Amino acid sequence: MTWLSLIILIPAASAAVLLIGGRLTDGWGHLLGTAAPLASFVVGLVAFLKLRNDGDPLHQNLFTWINAGSSAPGNTPFHVSFTLLFDPLSALFVLLITGVGGLIHIYSIGYMADDDRRRRFFGYLNLFVAAMLTLVLANDYLALFLGWEGVGLASYLLIGFWQYKNSAAVAAKKAFIVNRVGDAGMLLAIMLMFRSFGTTSFAGVSAGMDRVSSGTATVLGLLLLLGACGKSAQVPLQSWLLDAMEGPTPVSALIHAATMVTAGVYLVVRSNFVYAQSQAAQTAVVVVGLVTLLWGAIIGCAKDDIKKALAGSTMSQIGYMMLAAGIGPAGYAFAIFHLLTHGFFKANMFLGAGSVMHAMDDDVDMRHYGGLRKLLPITFLTFGCGYLAIIGFPGFAGFWSKDKIIEAAFQDNVLVGIGAVLGAGITAFYMTRVMILTFFGERRWRENVHPHEAPPVMTVPLVLLAVGSTFGGVMLLDGWIQGWLKPVVGGEGQENLPMAAWLIQVIVLVVVAVGIAIAYLAYGRETVSATAPTRVSVFTRAARADLYGDAINEAVLMRPGEYLTRLLVFFDNRRVDGAVNGLAALIGGTSGRVRRWQTGFVRSYALSMLGGSAVVVLAMLAVKLA
Amino acid sequence: MNGSESSLPWLTILALVPLVGAVALMAVPRGGVLPKQVALGFSLVALAVSIGIATQYDTGGGFQFVEKHEWISSFGAHYALGVDGLGLLLVLLTTILTPVVILASWDDADGARWSTNSFFALMLTLEGLAIGVFAATDVFLFYVLFEATLIPIYFLIGGFGGPQRSYAAVKFLLYSLFGGLLMLASVIGLYVVTSRTAGGPTYLLQDLMKTHIETNTGRWLFLGFFAAFAVKAPMWPLHTWLPDAASEATPGTSVLLVSVLDKIGTFGMMRFCLGIFPEASRWASPVIMAFAVFSVIYGALLAIGQNDIRRLIAYTSVSHFGFIVLGIFALTSTSQAGSALYMFNHGLSTGALFLVTGFLISRRGSKMISDYGGVEKVAPVLAGLFLVAGLSSLSLPGLSPFVSEFLVLAGTFTSSIVAATVATLGVILAAVYILLMYQRTMTGPVRESTRHLPDLNPREIASLAPLLVLIVVLGFFPKPALDAVNPTVTSLLHQVDVHDPVPTVAANHEGASK
Amino acid sequence: MSTTPFLVLSALLFSIGAIGVLVRRNAIVVFMCIELMLNASNLAFVTFARQNGNLDGQIAAFFVMVVAAAEVVVGLAIIVTIYRTRRSASVDDASLLKY
Repeated sequence: MTWLSLIILIPAASAAVLLIGGRLTDGWGHLLGTAAPLASFVVGLVAFLKLRNDGDPLHQNLFTWINAGSSAPGNTPFHVSFTLLFDPLSALFVLLITGVGGLIHIYSIGYMADDDRRRRFFGYLNLFVAAMLTLVLANDYLALFLGWEGVGLASYLLIGFWQYKNSAAVAAKKAFIVNRVGDAGMLLAIMLMFRSFGTTSFAGVSAGMDRVSSGTATVLGLLLLLGACGKSAQVPLQSWLLDAMEGPTPVSALIHAATMVTAGVYLVVRSNFVYAQSQAAQTAVVVVGLVTLLWGAIIGCAKDDIKKALAGSTMSQIGYMMLAAGIGPAGYAFAIFHLLTHGFFKANMFLGAGSVMHAMDDDVDMRHYGGLRKLLPITFLTFGCGYLAIIGFPGFAGFWSKDKIIEAAFQDNVLVGIGAVLGAGITAFYMTRVMILTFFGERRWRENVHPHEAPPVMTVPLVLLAVGSTFGGVMLLDGWIQGWLKPVVGGEGQENLPMAAWLIQVIVLVVVAVGIAIAYLAYGRETVSATAPTRVSVFTRAARADLYGDAINEAVLMRPGEYLTRLLVFFDNRRVDGAVNGLAALIGGTSGRVRRWQTGFVRSYALSMLGGSAVVVLAMLAVKLA
Repeated sequence: MNGSESSLPWLTILALVPLVGAVALMAVPRGGVLPKQVALGFSLVALAVSIGIATQYDTGGGFQFVEKHEWISSFGAHYALGVDGLGLLLVLLTTILTPVVILASWDDADGARWSTNSFFALMLTLEGLAIGVFAATDVFLFYVLFEATLIPIYFLIGGFGGPQRSYAAVKFLLYSLFGGLLMLASVIGLYVVTSRTAGGPTYLLQDLMKTHIETNTGRWLFLGFFAAFAVKAPMWPLHTWLPDAASEATPGTSVLLVSVLDKIGTFGMMRFCLGIFPEASRWASPVIMAFAVFSVIYGALLAIGQNDIRRLIAYTSVSHFGFIVLGIFALTSTSQAGSALYMFNHGLSTGALFLVTGFLISRRGSKMISDYGGVEKVAPVLAGLFLVAGLSSLSLPGLSPFVSEFLVLAGTFTSSIVAATVATLGVILAAVYILLMYQRTMTGPVRESTRHLPDLNPREIASLAPLLVLIVVLGFFPKPALDAVNPTVTSLLHQVDVHDPVPTVAANHEGASK
Repeated sequence: MSTTPFLVLSALLFSIGAIGVLVRRNAIVVFMCIELMLNASNLAFVTFARQNGNLDGQIAAFFVMVVAAAEVVVGLAIIVTIYRTRRSASVDDASLLKY
């Protein structure tokens, strides 16, 4: 398929034009930038249809990326050919990235209209899309890693887009460095693959996987999980995501909700052949998912910043996906299914939040909102669709996908299932809180704020995403999504639910209703103060501090690191360099002393000559006598 | 060494072009742009000749463009030149960087104590000698040229640069002479060894590779060579001359020093340490790998702790050279190919970083990171190119240093899991030092002191552009460079008599390349 | 005839000369002491020539005389010049050539 590469090349070329072209492209840059992902979407759709008709994955071999080392007998060269693979799993991602991505590009035209660096913004967005597409279309772990770091770079640039703000620049750096920790894990995983299999292609690793020791498989699974944790903001590498909200809101929607942060889930699902060989690694994935889904949900409950509340929610929802992916073949399809529906409804809500911020002069504090539903009707309705989807209101997209994950969790382990249900309840609580604080109640706006509905260029994408959030569940009809992904991830597990499926659904709905009720009691009936209460319980305080994730990082890594660095700088200057300079000083000082012997008196020279001659004579005599 | 005699002595011509340029510069009247144009012209001619050589190079391997003449027959020294893939790559690096540096340091020598003519003449001299070093296939000739490169670089550091320059120049010279002295002892030792063989004394590399050297003798001679190269490729704890030299010299000198001259160290390790002393190389490899890994981490941590931009970059080089040495002495074909490529890539990326920070420093007049902030807002092009150069230094995939760094790590991982794993920490630290520097200098609110910094002018952009283009192109398409070094690595491994560890599971290669 | 007395005399003269060089300050006296040492060694040369029955030692003695003559010319010239410039013939006054 020679045209397959167009999917990546179009946004890549557009990014190059926008970033290298500079101010020449200011006038039309945003239009080119928006057209690129839409064009990719069309190509992706054609490929998708072809894949559906033929059933065979599409390939395109582009070029040999790396061929290093000796190919002489007995040696193992390192070979990576840059081949694109368009299989059912990548197909879904391509459509999600270019589809949702395209809508977000359109939205950004309006959102960034007043920014004089809008052209550059679109350049970065296109760069992101190209890198993300590389990530999902790669046929080799190292090529995947190229996209993996590429999206990290785009994320860095976009979080720090308003880099004249110190907080944005610091947040961007933090995101990159925390991600690097995960990336180091992934690099080690790739090295381990090369050591074990002599290749890093999916096919090669998959073929060799059943012949490695279980220890190797576990280590491989854990290293890949570390990479996934970094990119998907899972505990323990979760701390960067909340800070990442410093970026413009479309970025939060595209990168930090719909696509990039789900790359970790993609990685785990894609590496299903690795996890099939290691129960321990699978369990680790489940535990990480479970912990994160509760962790994120708890953080989401305490945030007054609408974007941070949504970011906590993103962490939590990705926790669900991880959980499902860790369950194994029974969960992979549902992990991807939830990933897709989440892509719709979370992008929808982030863009909705952007629309609200647009209306409120970029104020993000929900305590300054209130009663916006009449002034922002379209935003309200579309955000409402997203809200119903995420809490799992029957019939909406999130209902189907989350329900399936909870069922799968119960199949795996009752405790995991209970945790997942609990998460659903907390989700209902914090999302209801967001809804009430933003759209209901009385107005708590600041002076000089005149909320107004966004222009159509922003509301149309909202409407389309709301449609996706509402009807995304159709993918589950007839088990389509399971069947579609079966060639990649294998079949479903056996059904051994501890209780009937309908009973689980009822329990979930009851828990969700309880969560909504608590939120209503706490925020719907009481008057909400425009400033956050300071006298709060220790739990709220912990949640506001992101459950001390940053504090731990600072105490365990940053402080000791700083001390070590300072110590080493001292050591290098004083000890290593000091030793060298000391040697030089010693030689200089010694010669300073020794030259005093040159008194200038002929007599002393004559005496030393005499002494020297005497020594020579004595030495010769000694030799002769001996 | 199956290279054929070429009709014209192309390598000699290539080395002579810049030397002739240096002499010509002495005849050109001082002042004005004429000396600069003459220097640039000669360096471009050298670049053209080297590209011509590269296109004629047969990637099949072996030494090509061979020239051989008796020089001092009483101890077997020859004037012998020839390049294999590795040598060619480094010759190209030299000829690419010299015009770039000349263009970038266009006005750097104006107003210095010595004339602009001598500044550029010294640069051209250095280029000619460096080409000779990379092309020498006779140990004695190599040694002579190796020491001769010290002369121009000493005057470049000591004559043009910051207030501490003479301290830095003397320190650099003493370190290098110390290493060179140990190497001289080993060179003499080689004479003693070969004069006892049937063929009589010889310094030709091809003869030395076949000479049997007794185990203990070989180890001592190896250490002499290695010490000289370890000073050049600054390895901990012999690195402290580099931060001083790089921070006091002009940016252009720093580029030539770190990107070209220091490569002689790692080049020498591959060509002479491994080539002549295979047994000793195997013997020393665990210890050297430990030192290399230590250099990687140590350099990175020190870079994080610096407030002086130039010293920071110098310490990143200590870290990067750690990777290169690690790859060489991991003794796998993948890691060595990575190291060979890394020498080239490091030259490009560190060169770009030195130049772009040089432009920045010349605008503000301070080397301290804390004196900057918010530059991105006033000079976006400078900030953008700085970021690209920085990202290449932290080896972002898609830029050329990633390929080489990953190959080093992956190759090392097959022979030593511990070394590779610890070195991978250096990858994380690289992100810290580069992004910390970028954040503190380029982002944040605009400072009063940086408000009026002008953006890069076309000459400066033109000097950076070739480096950055090469970095991107080689990031996606490193094949030409790798094709050149693969045969070198194959023959080196054969010479050292080691094989790559066999993959623990023989995977299906057909599936991989489908 | 035993050569021992000649050698003893030679050693004695040499020692007197050496001590004179070391203890005297007047340049002329130091100079004469050096001459004394040279002639002491000449005496030893001649004695050994006699003892060994060949002429090598005597030839060496002639060499020493010639060199000594040349040395006297140069040395006296230096001493006279120093005396003219510094108004002193003491060797300790000419101690400029030091650290």
